[in-house]
Amino acid sequence: MSKIVDARGLSCPQPVLLALNEIKKINKGELVILVDTDTSKENVSRAATTQGWQVKSVDPEGIGYRITVSKE
Amino acid sequence: MTTVKNFFATRWGIISVGAIIGIFAPLLQKWGNPANMGVCVACFNRDIAGALGLHRAALVQYMRPEIIGFVLGALIAAYAFKEFRARAGSAPIVRFVLGAFAMIGALVFLGCPWRAVLRLAGGDGNAIFGLLGLIGGIWVGTLFLKGGYNLGRSQNTHTSVGWLLPLIMLGFLVLMLIFPKVQGQEKSGVLFYSIKGPGSMHAPLIVSLAVGLLIGFLAQRSRFCTMGAIRDFVLFKQTHLLLGFISLVVVAFIVNLILGQFNPGFAKQPVAHSMSLWNFGGMVLAGLAFALAGGCPGRQLFLAGEGDGDAAVFVLGMIVGAGFAHNFGLASSPDGVGTYGIPAVIIGLLTCLFIGFTMRKEVA
Repeated sequence: MSKIVDARGLSCPQPVLLALNEIKKINKGELVILVDTDTSKENVSRAATTQGWQVKSVDPEGIGYRITVSKE
Repeated sequence: MTTVKNFFATRWGIISVGAIIGIFAPLLQKWGNPANMGVCVACFNRDIAGALGLHRAALVQYMRPEIIGFVLGALIAAYAFKEFRARAGSAPIVRFVLGAFAMIGALVFLGCPWRAVLRLAGGDGNAIFGLLGLIGGIWVGTLFLKGGYNLGRSQNTHTSVGWLLPLIMLGFLVLMLIFPKVQGQEKSGVLFYSIKGPGSMHAPLIVSLAVGLLIGFLAQRSRFCTMGAIRDFVLFKQTHLLLGFISLVVVAFIVNLILGQFNPGFAKQPVAHSMSLWNFGGMVLAGLAFALAGGCPGRQLFLAGEGDGDAAVFVLGMIVGAGFAHNFGLASSPDGVGTYGIPAVIIGLLTCLFIGFTMRKEVA
């Protein structure tokens, strides 16, 4: 079960901050980030990619998205 | 549709949006807007406050169609790409106060971040101090963000909540059409107009509105944000938004050269003063308030257009803040800072520090 960061309802730059904090904490593996705006979806995906993580999937969930990122 | 959607979120997308603003802002000046003020979200909201009579500074009264266009353009883009989502409830009173003090800080400098770079692109050296202040204020903001500062979560809400600010803007437009400017008259129906000064200088309504709609549409797609540009670079070393901001200043500089609008110097620059410390200090306050509120004034308008009721409260805070700024003598003029401008900046900074230090609880 991968760790879930719930960034729904948070404004910029909280979703990216929370995602990056978790990425730094676990260093590798899989992480799920829940966001509720397209802006957050793009920002989180972009930030994870620059940290060398891969965006595995972005699925609509509720009114937002479930972003799964991973690093081997 | 998908290709377009992806394009504006890319590096070249944000660069092209910055460039388009950089082309149209100097052109708006050529078409009638005040010098180095093709687009200024702070000044234009201030002019709107004047048009409504929330302050009675005779030189700065005009219902700026660019602002109306920004919100409505973002609304159209959000609907076209199925991104409109009504949400609210993330510390609205804090956003109102931050909007008011951001406006007061910006009016001590005489410009929002957009105008700061437009002033620079027009040769106004005083803008350098404003930009340094902006960077300083945002840097302080990032320290709070690193320390856990947050505004709490917003909630999804009724669609009509997200529509209120766009409807207010539409109402402003209708007022302008019912009570148009009458040459040489200070008042037309319920609206105030300036006979001289920056408020009397404007591009034709239809041109201002069209450019506003275009910029609003593109900025919603690209998430263009001048505060975010600096914040993301300081906080994450990310250059995405920064490229858009740099593109704006470079293109605006080139267009100013072509149009003969580049006049380098510090003294007697248009709608500016040369008190460097307070050009700096005003923008420290504005930058910190923008950083704590999560967006530059332009970005707040675009967010309000896509249904963010909290950003809408920030916008109303700016308009009310402009009323205070002129009624209380806080706003600067070409002669220098206003009578009570300096204490207002200090009170604003203390208020921001209070907000920054006390809103650090972990989000649930």
